[in-house]
Amino acid sequence: MKIVGTDRQGNTREVEGREGWSVMEILRDAGFDIAAECGGACACATCHVYVQDGWYEKLSPPSDAEIDMLDMALAVEPNSSRLSCQIVCSDAIDGIKVTVAPE
Amino acid sequence: MSSDSPQPLETDVVIIGAGPIGLFAVFELGLLDLKCHLIDILDRPGGQCTELYPEKPIYDIPGLPIVTGQQLTDRLMEQVKPFGATFHFNEMATALVKLEDGRWQLTTDTGTSIIAHAVVIAAGAGSFVPKRPPVPGIEHFENAGDGIGVHYAVRKMETFRGKNILIAGGGDSALDWTINLAPLAKSLTLVHHRDGFRAAAHSVNQMRELEKEGRVKFHVASVKALHGEPGGLKGVTLAGADKSEWHHEADVFLPFFGLTIKLGPIAEFGINLHENLIPVDTASFASATPGIFAIGDINTYPGKLKLILSGFHEAALMAQAAFHIVRPNEKLRFQYTTSSSNLQKKLGVH
Repeated sequence: MKIVGTDRQGNTREVEGREGWSVMEILRDAGFDIAAECGGACACATCHVYVQDGWYEKLSPPSDAEIDMLDMALAVEPNSSRLSCQIVCSDAIDGIKVTVAPE
Repeated sequence: MSSDSPQPLETDVVIIGAGPIGLFAVFELGLLDLKCHLIDILDRPGGQCTELYPEKPIYDIPGLPIVTGQQLTDRLMEQVKPFGATFHFNEMATALVKLEDGRWQLTTDTGTSIIAHAVVIAAGAGSFVPKRPPVPGIEHFENAGDGIGVHYAVRKMETFRGKNILIAGGGDSALDWTINLAPLAKSLTLVHHRDGFRAAAHSVNQMRELEKEGRVKFHVASVKALHGEPGGLKGVTLAGADKSEWHHEADVFLPFFGLTIKLGPIAEFGINLHENLIPVDTASFASATPGIFAIGDINTYPGKLKLILSGFHEAALMAQAAFHIVRPNEKLRFQYTTSSSNLQKKLGVH
């Protein structure tokens, strides 16, 4: 599966996702500037991304823990903001478009 | 920064960071009779363990099949208690200089000054600092003075009396300060990106009561722009969920989005850095600068894994090397806690 990622400078590139990995892990390992301070524990909101072009609705809805944690994220956009550590790669989201949110 | 410089404190080793690795360093150095001072920007020990995931279980600490970040910190504090380390909380290490006698002098943002033979940097990914909202020019309104401009913490409530206060956020800090500042504000407005809060339920209820009474205004909105002269905030542009924008009068803006980690002044210490990490020799965990060690997440070496257990190992080897710097003329006697009555005496178990 593919992830179309855009960094904070506006550069877009396609990276290969891995079934079962989080989108955060894929983007971080691909060199995107994602702090992911808590290492994927849904505890810091530093892997905040905007999910775009209709992909937000195709994801499983955020858990209560993620909704809570998004309260600590900056520049949250309704129906777009997600924590990328909570989005799991699968063929169902092949081609998902995400933009790294501002720090 | 305090204007009068008090007499510097003197110790064997100064440790930057009171997370799990900084704490275990106290233990390993203590077994070798080395005294420590620790500095941490947070108000309590534990670092990321207590700041980010106090209640989340950790499963990979040898011998502890399950332990939370808070529990691990509490156990480490118990373990280092016999060694009487001095903790300096709520302080950020801001400068490190080498003295003519070969020792190091470290100063903090509150003016504390500590002279030590060796420095151990156990700072994780850096300092926890408040998240700054991505509003253009916000930095020009910071440090404007008491009760005006942008503040990320409330130190003296009285400085906000009679002000038009704007608070942003949905966590406990945002709600607590909304409740506490409403009685003395001229006006108080809370904005958050949704009509729901992660804060404690009783705080949310209290805020809703104040809203009903007309003492607090709440909007689902975010701050898009700040207006006024640098140093004197006059108002902000708010944007609602439907993207509509309006002007809002405010003297002071208090964003509460929790903390994030920035490397901070360590970058200015003159220590060799590689991608914000300190390269170390894995025999001693010494940096390229003699007398300065780096352990835990802040260091890098071939095969490095950012695990708490790796940091514990690094602390033990660092202590052996630090001993030779602090006590160059003494022979280090390697002993086990299980068999050495000398070590057991230090631990207070015999």
